[in-house]
Amino acid sequence: MTVRISITVNGRRFDRDVEPRQLLVHFIRDLGGFTGTKIGCDTSQCGSCTVLLDGVAMKSCTCLAVQADGSEVITIEGLAKEGQLHPLQEAFWNKHGLQCGFCTPGMIMASHELLRTNPKPTDDAIRHGLAGNLCRCTGYQNIVRAVREAATAMAK
Amino acid sequence: MYASNFNYLRAGTLAEASALLQKNPGAKVLAGGHSLIPLMKLRLASPTVVIDIGRVPELRGISLSGGALTIGALTTHAELAASAAVQDAAQALSEAAGHVGDPAVRNRGTIGGNVAHADPASDLPAVLTALGATFHITGPGGRRSVQASDFFKGMMNTAVGEHDILTTIEVPARAAGQGSAYAKFEHPASRYAVVGVAACVIVNGGTCVAASIVLCGLTSTPARAKSGEQALVGQALTRETIAAAAGKVGTDLGSDVLGDIFASAEYRAAVAPVYVRRAVEAAASRAR
Repeated sequence: MTVRISITVNGRRFDRDVEPRQLLVHFIRDLGGFTGTKIGCDTSQCGSCTVLLDGVAMKSCTCLAVQADGSEVITIEGLAKEGQLHPLQEAFWNKHGLQCGFCTPGMIMASHELLRTNPKPTDDAIRHGLAGNLCRCTGYQNIVRAVREAATAMAK
Repeated sequence: MYASNFNYLRAGTLAEASALLQKNPGAKVLAGGHSLIPLMKLRLASPTVVIDIGRVPELRGISLSGGALTIGALTTHAELAASAAVQDAAQALSEAAGHVGDPAVRNRGTIGGNVAHADPASDLPAVLTALGATFHITGPGGRRSVQASDFFKGMMNTAVGEHDILTTIEVPARAAGQGSAYAKFEHPASRYAVVGVAACVIVNGGTCVAASIVLCGLTSTPARAKSGEQALVGQALTRETIAAAAGKVGTDLGSDVLGDIFASAEYRAAVAPVYVRRAVEAAASRAR
């Protein structure tokens, strides 16, 4: 069985026939070509696959593409507007909030969710907000600094 | 990892979902997908038909009336944690919902999916048992209601039958003098409870007149700590009386404690009294 679905990824609409078992993360990467979204643990623990679904962060490895039919997805590639990096991307760059970079797209999308729900987080709230994203380089200190800087920049 | 192939059917209403479920033996109901999809990816579940109820409007929402919270099965953990009504009327539920998984998981995972899945390490079954929740189910024979004490039948096994849909969960609103809390030692990656404790006390004139203590993460279904509860009733809730009650949970748990590669049964049983003490102390401090 295939199902006809329509998902908009980063402003581009994709109408595709998919197997119901196809995961949203595979739709985004394989059909959409947006490979910034990573597959890490594949068990909704590491957060590498975090994207925004209708503006709200979720783990795209634990969602069927058919569940997202009619929805709008934003991935890391969709954050920059007209060549201008998002303040979170700027801050992760400035504060060296990454080492190998594999967790970074998910970290930034999860940070986006944190600042959406709590625009002025304490360091504790940042760590709690990013609890579902694992950095195996263990570069958490600079990630927290980056989110703190982005929060300040976005408040201006 | 890909699940086995299945046919996907999307229900627009509860009646339609129920009809699809009767027509498709072996079908599984999909809500937020945060319990079912992981099982299907591991091929521990391979349903031939999946019925998506995620867009059924009548299964959404939280309301407080007539001394009870009514929570739609599709209510997400994030919605529960953000609800002022839940925070006031069911403190332990609010607290536990805010600590299920992580923010992204809480945005998708639902209370109905969580309890219908009935993972022994899941937080909400213990909390809903401690708060005396009632589960409303729609099935081939119509509607019925099941008390929390009869709902969780075994590991990943509940009163929700093959052709049933869990529709709403009703939680009695906080009574005068009542306080409740949830304390857990969480697995650092999955954030499931290694040991989780829901406690609810009612204090009248400085004396505890009712107590419920329910643990998760240790046994196949939520475990009621009856000896601990009995030790609290009739007492003023002090550090000493709470610690004495917490010390009794070992006898309530018996020899059925589960262990895994992360934490042995012995370790979980040894840690349990600490979390019982923390949960009861927090509940007592909120009793008003």
